[in-house]
Amino acid sequence: MTPSTPAPERTGEHSALSCGRTLSFSRETRADFDRLLGRYPTKQSALLPTLWLAQREWGWISREAVDYVATLLDLAPAFVWGVVTFYTMYNRAPVGKHLIQVCTSISCHLNGAEEVFHECKKRLGGLKSGEVSPDGKFTVIEVECLAQCDKAPAVMVNDDDYFVITKDKLDAFLGSLK
Amino acid sequence: MSGLAPIEPVLLARRGKPNSASLGTYLADGGYASWKKVLGGVKSAEWTPAKLTDVVKASGLRGRGGAGFPCGLKWTFVPSKEKRGDKPVYLLCNADESEPGTFKDRLLIENDPHQILEGMMLASFALEVKHAYIYIRGEMVHGAEILNAAVKEAHEKGLLGTDVLGSGVDLTITVHRGAGAYICGEETALIESLEGKRGHPRIKPPFPAVSGAWGCPTVVNNVETLCCVKHIVDRGAEWFKGVGRNEKNTGPKLYCVSGHVEKPGVYEAPIGIPWEQLLAMAGGIRGGRKLKAVIPGGSSAPMLTAAEIAGVPMDFDGLVAAKSMFGSAGIIVMDETADIPKAVTNIAKFYAHESCGQCTPCREGTPWLHKMLKRVVNGEGKKSDLDLLLQISNQMGNGMTICVFADAAIAPVISGITKFREEFEAYIAKSNHPDFALAAPEDLTNKVADRTASWRA
Repeated sequence: MTPSTPAPERTGEHSALSCGRTLSFSRETRADFDRLLGRYPTKQSALLPTLWLAQREWGWISREAVDYVATLLDLAPAFVWGVVTFYTMYNRAPVGKHLIQVCTSISCHLNGAEEVFHECKKRLGGLKSGEVSPDGKFTVIEVECLAQCDKAPAVMVNDDDYFVITKDKLDAFLGSLK
Repeated sequence: MSGLAPIEPVLLARRGKPNSASLGTYLADGGYASWKKVLGGVKSAEWTPAKLTDVVKASGLRGRGGAGFPCGLKWTFVPSKEKRGDKPVYLLCNADESEPGTFKDRLLIENDPHQILEGMMLASFALEVKHAYIYIRGEMVHGAEILNAAVKEAHEKGLLGTDVLGSGVDLTITVHRGAGAYICGEETALIESLEGKRGHPRIKPPFPAVSGAWGCPTVVNNVETLCCVKHIVDRGAEWFKGVGRNEKNTGPKLYCVSGHVEKPGVYEAPIGIPWEQLLAMAGGIRGGRKLKAVIPGGSSAPMLTAAEIAGVPMDFDGLVAAKSMFGSAGIIVMDETADIPKAVTNIAKFYAHESCGQCTPCREGTPWLHKMLKRVVNGEGKKSDLDLLLQISNQMGNGMTICVFADAAIAPVISGITKFREEFEAYIAKSNHPDFALAAPEDLTNKVADRTASWRA
């Protein structure tokens, strides 16, 4: 392929949800992406960080995001989707404004985390795990060890860490999320 | 049992100081002195990669990530320049701390990132690395920001880059964020993930030291290990060897204590302190209750009863002698109120969720263990379930899979059921499962099970 030939648009069969529109990075994100490429000996190595950029830009990884990232990195969309589904932190559907991630691994379990997880969903109107609340504000999921075992039960909301979220503190904690 | 004299914190010396993550305070506390010392001795050949490697070898430092492999020895596995030709060598700092019960690396990253960078710089010098990577777990978003800021500061101050401090040494460090996968803490899975793939562990050999990231010689070292390297170059191998229980277990160590203790947290102590001394540091058992069980090395380590852990030196060899393992020093304490079957079920859920899916015994076995355990604790167990759980476990571990994940997954199940069988049986006695009394299946025990018998309690 000569340099003047535009790269073929990469789309293909995979089961990612569609967001219903064509996507491309904003100018700032594109600049971040270009900087990424210089940090690795292969283009493919930039896949995880590029998916992070995509999630930062659009909030979740849609079919169109997968196809776009695949085109950027000269990868097959099915391969990109395979990587997306391997890792738990790439959202494969839209999530609420506050993505509440409750750790229920062993040290948190010993401190009542499972009850906190279930109460949390109950107090948000009987949300199911992974579901977005009708007002679009909350999604609650269960996650594995957050390396905050000394501050159990540990919770992450989006990128932020919250400590010792016991059942009694749950109302105050949820109230703090506007 | 005799205790070890406590030490002034070394790895955690700067914890809690204002702006401890900034370059300014790190330099004010004497930081980067070793990096400058080594670079200053390059031209006179006072410092060579071989010499630095020898210092680390002489210190007896064993990897702090879990396996306890001698760090200096690992470095010597990288082929010589003649053998590797034009291939670059890569250093990867393993900051994918995900083992349940482990939270020491997070503390180092958030409080003292320059300590890690200096360790990486020194290790990179020893290994002739020009580009090193920090693979940090996706969940540590702020940790990655802190590390990125520290790398930027170090570049601006000329401590990283080309021809660092006029020594002719080039070094770049890149922070790479994972995206949520426990298995990426396994070094070959980490490499796959860095290369932009699913984190599937590789078959070894070849070992990463020969063919790792992008097919090049690669050394993967844990965060705490690299911090130790910095202090070894600061204070000398003899100092490091003088801290700890014996010559095979040397240096200061970070212990993560969580669960039912008064003061959960990270404690720095000479490696090999007896269990009781460590428990006292963590304030003893919560509410003055009695100890029931301890998982001494992250959730992958077989659990020990209160009697078994009494007097055990908390280090690599001490815990192997107690038929468990030291792992990542994630010490999970369970008091008399702990429900062991429920705890084991919880750990089984973790492994079922985190299996990478590459090898059949692990991919299929881990969810089976979890399903059966769930059935038991939900009051629907069958009489034969406990033996079946042990049989399945015995067919998953000890070399049946590419990596040791399956061995980690079965350790809590086997140790939990063999040591606290009556608690499981109590659940089963209340069962209302229609097939409750069906006989256990024919003994599935085979050669695999015989092989595992040696380490079963």
